[in-house]
Amino acid sequence: MTATGIGASVKRVEDFRFLTGRGRYTDDIERPNQTYAWILRSPHAHALITSIDTKKAAAAPGVVAVFTGADLEAAGVGGLPCGWQVHSKDGAPMAEPPHPPLAQGKVRHVGDQVAVVVAETREQARDAAELIDVGYEALPPVLDMESALAGKSLVHDGAARNLCYDWHIGDKDAADAAFAKAAHVTAIDIVNNRLIPNAMEPRAAIGDYDTATGEYTLYTTSQNPHVIRLLMGAFVLHIPEHKLRVVAPDVGGGFGSKIYHYAEEAIVTWAAGKLRRPVKWTAERSESFVSDCHGRDHVTRAELAMDKDGRFLGLKVSTKANMGAYLSTFAPCVPTYLYATLLAGVYTTPQIYCQVQAIFTNTVPVDAYRGAGRPEATYLLERLVDRAARETGLDQVDIRRRNFIPNDAFPYQTPVALQYDSGDYGATLDQAMGAALVDGFAKRKAEAGKRGKRRGLGYSTYIEACGIAPSAVVGSLGARAGLFESAEVRVHPTGSVTVFTGSHSHGQGHETTFAQLVSGALGIPMENVDIVHGDTGKIAYGMGTYGSRSLAVGGEAIMRALGRITDKAKKIAAHILEASESDIELKDGQFRVAGTDRALGFAEVALAAYVPHKFPHETLEPGLDETAFYDPANFTFPGGCHICEVEIDPETGEVEVVAFTAVDDVGRVINPMIVEGQVHGGVVQGIGQALLESCIYDEDGQLLTGSCMDYTMPRAANVPNFSVGTHTTLCRHNSLGVKGCGEVGAIGSPPAVINAIVDALWDVGVRDISMPATSQKVWQAIQSARAPMAAE
Amino acid sequence: MTYTVSMSVNGKAVKGEVEGRTLLVQFIRENLRLTGTHVGCDTSQCGACVVHVNGTSVKSCTLLAVQAEGADITTIEGLAKGDELHPMQAAFRENHGLQCGYCTPGMVMSAIDLVKENPNPTEREVREWLEGNLCRCTGYHNIVKSIEAGAKAMRGG
Ligand code: FES
Ligand code: FES
Repeated sequence: MTATGIGASVKRVEDFRFLTGRGRYTDDIERPNQTYAWILRSPHAHALITSIDTKKAAAAPGVVAVFTGADLEAAGVGGLPCGWQVHSKDGAPMAEPPHPPLAQGKVRHVGDQVAVVVAETREQARDAAELIDVGYEALPPVLDMESALAGKSLVHDGAARNLCYDWHIGDKDAADAAFAKAAHVTAIDIVNNRLIPNAMEPRAAIGDYDTATGEYTLYTTSQNPHVIRLLMGAFVLHIPEHKLRVVAPDVGGGFGSKIYHYAEEAIVTWAAGKLRRPVKWTAERSESFVSDCHGRDHVTRAELAMDKDGRFLGLKVSTKANMGAYLSTFAPCVPTYLYATLLAGVYTTPQIYCQVQAIFTNTVPVDAYRGAGRPEATYLLERLVDRAARETGLDQVDIRRRNFIPNDAFPYQTPVALQYDSGDYGATLDQAMGAALVDGFAKRKAEAGKRGKRRGLGYSTYIEACGIAPSAVVGSLGARAGLFESAEVRVHPTGSVTVFTGSHSHGQGHETTFAQLVSGALGIPMENVDIVHGDTGKIAYGMGTYGSRSLAVGGEAIMRALGRITDKAKKIAAHILEASESDIELKDGQFRVAGTDRALGFAEVALAAYVPHKFPHETLEPGLDETAFYDPANFTFPGGCHICEVEIDPETGEVEVVAFTAVDDVGRVINPMIVEGQVHGGVVQGIGQALLESCIYDEDGQLLTGSCMDYTMPRAANVPNFSVGTHTTLCRHNSLGVKGCGEVGAIGSPPAVINAIVDALWDVGVRDISMPATSQKVWQAIQSARAPMAAE
Repeated sequence: MTYTVSMSVNGKAVKGEVEGRTLLVQFIRENLRLTGTHVGCDTSQCGACVVHVNGTSVKSCTLLAVQAEGADITTIEGLAKGDELHPMQAAFRENHGLQCGYCTPGMVMSAIDLVKENPNPTEREVREWLEGNLCRCTGYHNIVKSIEAGAKAMRGG
C-alpha cells in the first residue's frame, strides 16, 4: 500500500474549499441579470382548482411574469416522467397518472405546485405570490392506505381504488406448502415509518438561456445531472441534449432525495428560455418538507415458518407501500425490486412469497431514501427473526447462525431472483460480538438494573444490494434507463491527469477516493490528479450516484479507462525504449524494461503521446485519453452485523443508545476513513428513524411535521460514539472487489435499535414497539404492559 | 424602505443597502457575496448560518442586518490566514469532520466559540454545545473528534 493508494486513509482533497467557505453550491451561483422564482403551493391536500387570478400579482412591484399550469400546457410542456414501470400480478402495467410541473385543474398534496412568480428579487416574487387568487373546491383527502383502497375518493381518476399496482414475487403455492409443514409460525405487523430526508442543503435550481447559441443551462442540486438532462430534455421540455447542459455543482447531501427530476427544475429552465433571463429558485426548508420526496412508508404483515429446530422453511409477506400523490422518478421500483428481492436476507429460507400493493394518497410523493427498499426488507426480517427466537426459546445469535447462508454456498441463488456472489455472515457476527463486548452484557445489565434502568441488546444481521445492474436485467424488470457508468481518463501532455466521471459526489469524497485509484494505478502523486463530476457539458455521460453504486460501478469504469491508458502507454514506452511491449512494466510511475534500468517516467510517455516525434504511428493514434462505459454483471452484496445496546429509564421512557457496533463487509476498502464516515452517517439516520423521526399528516392532509422544529432529526447529544469495523470478502465480479458502503448504516441499524428496546423491556411484558420509539411511546408501552400484570 | 448598514466583516469595513426585513445571513451572502455562510432552515434550528458577532457565535438567520449595525463580524471566510487553516479548520480536515460540507462552516464557527468558553471540553460537553447545529451526513462522531482535536490545538497542543 502506498501513502495514497488503495487502502490508505488519505485526507480529503475537497475539504479545503468546504472548510474555508469556498464550496460552490447551487444557491451560491449568481447569473448576470438573474431573476427569482417563487412557487405558489397548494394549501390543500386534495382540491379542484376552480379559478386562478394572477392579475394583481403580475402588476406587483418587480414582477417579471406569472405562470400557471395553463401556460405550461399551452407551451407544450410535458409531465414529469417516471423512470420505472412495474407490472401487476395480472400482467397489467401500473397506473401511471400524469404529473404536471404546475397543477392542471387539481391539487393532490399540500405543497403541490400551483403557479410561479418570477421577479427581480426573491422578496418581490414571494410578496406577489400572495396576491394570486386561487379558487379551490376541497375534496375529501385520501390519506391512510387502507381506506385509500376503498376508493371512495380518488387521487387520480385513472387509478381505480387508488391502486398503482398489485405486484408479487415468489411461488405462493410452494410457500403455502412450506407453511403447512411448519412446527412453528411467527407473525408480525410492521410499520416502516415515513421519513423526510432533509439533506442540509435545500434544493435549488437556476435556469439560464444563451440567446447567442440557443443553449439552455440548468444548475441544480442533483445527484445525477445526466439523468435530469435526459428526463427533462426528452420528456418535459423537448430540448435536445446538445442544447441542454445540466450542472450539479457542490451538493449539500442528497440521500436519494436529489435523484429525482423535480418540477422546479423544469419550471426555471422553461421560464429562462421564455423570459430570456436567468431564473433562480431556492427552496426554503419548509418547502423542502412539502416538496422533496419522502421515504419508506410501508405497512406490512409478515409470517415466518420454521421447523422444530428453528430452521426457516418459508416467508410470506404482504406489504402496502405509499406512493404519495404522484409517481416520483424511481418510486415504483423501491417497494418491489429493491425490497422484495432482499427478503431472503442472509438466510437460507427456501420459499418466499411477497405481494406488494402500491397506493396513491394525497401526500408528498415517496421515493428512494438512503437504503431504499432494503431498510424496509431488513427491518421486517430482523424484527421477525428476533421475535421468532423469543417465541421458540432460541438464542438471538443461535437462530441467526442456524439459518445463515454458509460460506461454501456462494454464488447463492435466493428464491427471490437475486444471486449473492460472496459474504461471510458468521465472521461479521463474530467480529461484531467481540467489538460490542457481548460477553460483558449480563454484568452491564445487572449494574444498570441496580440504578433502576433497563438495558437491552439488539442484533441485526443484514444484507443489501448495491450498484443495481446489469442494464439488460433491470430493463426486463421495468427500468426505463440503463444502469452503467462512464469514465474518461485524460492524461495531459506533461503527465497530470483529469478524470471525468459520471458519478456525482455530494459528500462521499469521490475527489479523494477516485484520485486514489488513479494514483495507485499510474503511480503518480494524487496532486497530479483532478476528478471532475457533475457537469453534462464536460462529462461524456453518467448515471450518477445513488444505491451505493459510485465505487462499484463508477470506480470500476475508471479502472477500465485506466487499464486502456496503461496498455497504450506501455506500447508507446516499448516503442521509445525499443523493447518488446510484453517486457514493459509500470511501477511507481516508471515504465521500465523488466530487469533493466532502462525506463521512462509517466510524464515522458505522456509527452510522447502529444509530441509524437518518436511514436508508433503505424499502430497507434497520438494522444492519451481513454473512455470506458462499464455495465456490471450483477449487483454487489454488502452485508454485516449491527449490535445496539440501549439503556431505558422506565420512569420516563427515555431510550439512550449507550453503544453501537457495526461490522460491515463492504468489499475492498479504498479509503477506510471515508468508509467509516459513511457508516457513522448512515447509522445515525437509522437511529433517527428508530427513535426520533416520523412524518405525520393530520386528518386533513396537513403536514404536522413540516419544519425542523417539528420533525426531530438526531442531534449530537442523541447519539454516542460508534465502534465501526469491516470484515472483507471481495466482490467477485468487479476488478476492485468493492461492494459499496453508503447505505449499510441506514439499512442495518433500525432493527438493531428496536430489537434492543424489545430486549430491554421483554421481561416487563412489552412485546413490540413501533418506530420511532419516542420516550412517550416507550413509556406508554411500559405502562400498558404493567397494567394487566398489576391486575393479576 | 431601505436602510444603510455598516459593519466590519472579516476585518474589512463594509456598507450596504438593505430592507428592514433583510436578515444578517442574507446581507452576508447576497450583498457581500460571502457564500460560505449557509442557510439550512427557516426556523433557526440548523446552525448552518453561524457566524461570530463581536466574538460570539450567533445564528445569522436570527438577526436582522440592521441589528448588526456597527458590529464586528467574522465568517468562515475570515478564519484562515491565506492558505493556512485555523487550527479548528485543520482539525476538521484531519479527523474527517465533514462530508458534504454544508453544515461545516456553522460547525466550525460554533466550535471555536465553544473552545473560547471552555478550552478543554469533554465529549459530552461538545455534544451538548452542538445542540443548535444539525449535520445530516457525518453522524457527529467525527465532528466531535474534530472539535476535541481542534480544542487541543487551540490550547497550544
Ligand atoms: S439557517 Fe440559521 S439556523 Fe438554520
Ligand atoms: S457534512 Fe453534510 S450536513 Fe454535515
